[in-house]
Amino acid sequence: MKQKLTKWRLFTVVGLMALVLSGCGEPFLSTLIPAGEAGQTAYDLMMLSTWIMVGVVIVVSILFAVAVIKFRRKKGDTSIPKQVEGSHILEIVWTVIPILLLIILAIPTVIATFDLADTKAMDKKNEDGTTDALVINVRANLYWWEFEYPNQKIMTSQDLVVPTDQKVYFNVKASDVKHSFWIPAAGGKIDTNVENVNQIWLEFDNEKAADADNLFYGKCAELCGPSHALMDFKVQALPQDEFDQWVASMQAIDAAAAEAAPTDPTAAAGQEVFNQKCLSCHAVTTADARPEPARTAPNLAGFGDREMVAGILEHNEEELKNWIEDPEQYKPGNKMTGTYGELSDEELDQLAAYLMGLKVEQ
Amino acid sequence: MSTIAHTQKKGFAGTVWEYLTTVDHKKIAILYLLAGGFFFIVGGIEAMMIRIQLAVPNNDFVSAGLFNEIITMHGTTMIFLAAMPLLFAFMNAVMPLQIGARDVAFPFINALGFWLFFFGGLFLNLSWFLGGAPDAGWTSYASLSLASEGHGIDFYALGLQISGFGTLMGGINFLVTIINMRAPGMTYMRMPLFTWTTFVASALILFAFPPLTVGLFMLIFDRMFGSGFFDVSMGGNTIIWEHFFWIFGHPEVYILVLPAFGIFSEIFPTFARKRLFGYSSMVFATVLIGFLGFMVWAHHMFTTGLGPIANAIFAVATMAIAVPTGIKIFNWILTIWGGSIEFTVPMLYAVAFIPSFVMGGVTGVMQAAAPADYQFHDSYFIVAHFHYVIVGGIVLGLLGGAHFYWPLMFGTMLSEKLGKITFVLFLVGFHLTFFIQHFLGLMGMPRRVWTFLEGQGLETGNLISSIGAAFMALGIIVLLVNVVITQKNNVQVGRDPWKDGRTLEWALPSPTPYYNFKQLPLVRGLDAFWIEKLEGKTEMTPAEPIGDIHMPNNSFMPFVISLGLFIAAFGAMYHADEGKGWAIPVLIIGMLITFGAMLYRSIKDDHGYHIHKEELLDDAGKGGTH
Repeated sequence: MKQKLTKWRLFTVVGLMALVLSGCGEPFLSTLIPAGEAGQTAYDLMMLSTWIMVGVVIVVSILFAVAVIKFRRKKGDTSIPKQVEGSHILEIVWTVIPILLLIILAIPTVIATFDLADTKAMDKKNEDGTTDALVINVRANLYWWEFEYPNQKIMTSQDLVVPTDQKVYFNVKASDVKHSFWIPAAGGKIDTNVENVNQIWLEFDNEKAADADNLFYGKCAELCGPSHALMDFKVQALPQDEFDQWVASMQAIDAAAAEAAPTDPTAAAGQEVFNQKCLSCHAVTTADARPEPARTAPNLAGFGDREMVAGILEHNEEELKNWIEDPEQYKPGNKMTGTYGELSDEELDQLAAYLMGLKVEQ
Repeated sequence: MSTIAHTQKKGFAGTVWEYLTTVDHKKIAILYLLAGGFFFIVGGIEAMMIRIQLAVPNNDFVSAGLFNEIITMHGTTMIFLAAMPLLFAFMNAVMPLQIGARDVAFPFINALGFWLFFFGGLFLNLSWFLGGAPDAGWTSYASLSLASEGHGIDFYALGLQISGFGTLMGGINFLVTIINMRAPGMTYMRMPLFTWTTFVASALILFAFPPLTVGLFMLIFDRMFGSGFFDVSMGGNTIIWEHFFWIFGHPEVYILVLPAFGIFSEIFPTFARKRLFGYSSMVFATVLIGFLGFMVWAHHMFTTGLGPIANAIFAVATMAIAVPTGIKIFNWILTIWGGSIEFTVPMLYAVAFIPSFVMGGVTGVMQAAAPADYQFHDSYFIVAHFHYVIVGGIVLGLLGGAHFYWPLMFGTMLSEKLGKITFVLFLVGFHLTFFIQHFLGLMGMPRRVWTFLEGQGLETGNLISSIGAAFMALGIIVLLVNVVITQKNNVQVGRDPWKDGRTLEWALPSPTPYYNFKQLPLVRGLDAFWIEKLEGKTEMTPAEPIGDIHMPNNSFMPFVISLGLFIAAFGAMYHADEGKGWAIPVLIIGMLITFGAMLYRSIKDDHGYHIHKEELLDDAGKGGTH
């Protein structure tokens, strides 16, 4: 038995070593490298609870190991040990100590619960209906994300852009089935329900954002269908001035700018194809006035600047063409497959050239 | 059926018929063990497919849609069709003997409960061959389960509904049995802990299954009959499903884990040769866990958006459950403290259970801290947590219980050598598989993902986890070999095979006579058999003179009633499909079979039969074989 126990411990040690070697995960994804206040609050609570619980595990393990090793039956021992009924003092001890430990954990838990739910700044409306706080409306769809900035009157999808060093407030909901909005490095998740709007705030520290190359990964955390695993999005956390610049250039993509034909002839031909086959679902202006149910596909304004194609593929023309040719192969169950007929290779080239040219003016 | 049938040697067909019609709790226990074991292997194969798919990034071992079907069926099968029936097997096999009863209170309903469970499980698994399994997760959250195409979710809702009826009947039956049929002197505070945990788990079943039944009916009506309970466009609300599911689902965890606690509470004293430490506080903790289990369901919904007040209340309530659970852990440790520990296979499982389960328990408390849970929720951290609880608590309990009670159920002893091999493989594999998953979750891996992309730091952990799963599978294969060898050799081990049996079930001759106790035993305290043995006796003191024993007749009706519902379910499921005009008649025929069988049962008088005193005296010399 002793041998077995050591063997078992060896495995644990090997497992722990593997963890240490792999670190705490990647700074753009890991909850263990929090990127801002909301993530830090969750992290602090995680660490507090972990240390309390590691303490509990150690105490129990020592007691247990001593009991198991010390009271092994000797060979041929037929004696009957003393039959102990119990002990009131011990029962009280191991009732009271856990209660004290739980109180130590419960108080910060309750405080943090209320802190993280404090979205009062979203309700402070100015006369024109805007808020001083940055509010972003998140709409989750089978398998893409829409981000609307109501104050700035711009809209984007798949790539969320946020300023650093300030609280960003989110209204989240789903338009088909339930999803869950999660940027692990920035903080906890919130479900996007189909019947109500949930609110949450997150914050991105400028320095922490720089460690992650200003780019975080976002995930869908609630099973939503075959491509649930691929419903990723990206978060660009920019310093305030760069964010303001981005907003201004996005606002510049109005109807006139979007309709102007690109100078490149291939891209211009691509625009034609796009207008015929894609425009009924995909908007290319940032101020999409259509109601939500009509916005059935990601807004593609500024697509050329994005980080990934469809949230999962490398951002280049080759992958973009692969995606348009057969989306089903990359995101099974998506709603785009089969809605635009067959495209010739030439049309694919033209479309890719057009889409990659959709950049905000720098 | 006369008593002669029991004394004759039967052919294969006779044995099958005997099991199809039996109302004997010991045989129903074997049926539960076989069916539960079968589904456990099915669920295990599904688990292996999950781990193969996730062993490396961007794997295409299974497709995305199929993966969702596999995870859904893995969870549903393991909880409803493996863990529940396997525990029911031990409850049936052990509990009536532990309280000195001749059978459960309603033997007919006991058989009905089994067949309902079996046909429900069969129906659910037929989905694999009839157009696809359910794919919305074992929680089957309403927006996704309504959107899911095909009949997968219909199989889920109807199959669980049928097997749920069976479980509910089983629970009520155990409650009535424990309240009414304890042997003379078996007061509540002398009941063995396994009986106590069966009692509390049955009470939980009584209160927890109705919400599931209601929720499933709503889902069935939404999907098959055009209602809109969860359809937002018709004014429905999907959050209601989450509440219904978790008001059932959280107590379900305790329905499973309490009987496992009970099994360990029997194993520890037996192999430490020392009475359970703090018996009354163990009972108190069991009842308290059962009670608090109903107060905490919303901790599964911290991220649903219930608001900070609800989240804070449920967070603190959840933390409170740690206290009675802690009481249990320390009492177990103090039970072996000062004892004389013999490391048999059941004891190895019990010993391994303590650290394994504590690790699952403490991560549960960590998740009770709501703001931290915003990070843990729906990530691999929670996958690790509940597998530590379910495998580290319940499955270790089932494996330990199987080795411990095998002699009681079959009269033979599983090989200790092979048992130890299984134990080492399974335990090592278990920790290897799930420990690393805590960190995968913290590193940002959501649960229920079909694949993961390269470059996110998740490769190593997933590979380690998959290797661990292979160890667990090997362990189970060795166990199956063990079972086959043991039953083939068929070496009967006789009464009290572990030598240190403390409770009434070990006082019976082996194999147990079909009427259990010839004379009801007189219980003189906790660990009734141990008390007698200390005084040098080998049997219990009888509480009554030898007299005729009233026995129930076998019946085929439980099978027929369940079969009717099984048939009707196909009709309900297909009636809305184009060109399936046969569906409504099938629904009606199925219901007619069920109600017809119930009517037949109600009208026909069946008074059972008596075993006469003379036969019992006759049996005495032969050790009660049949």
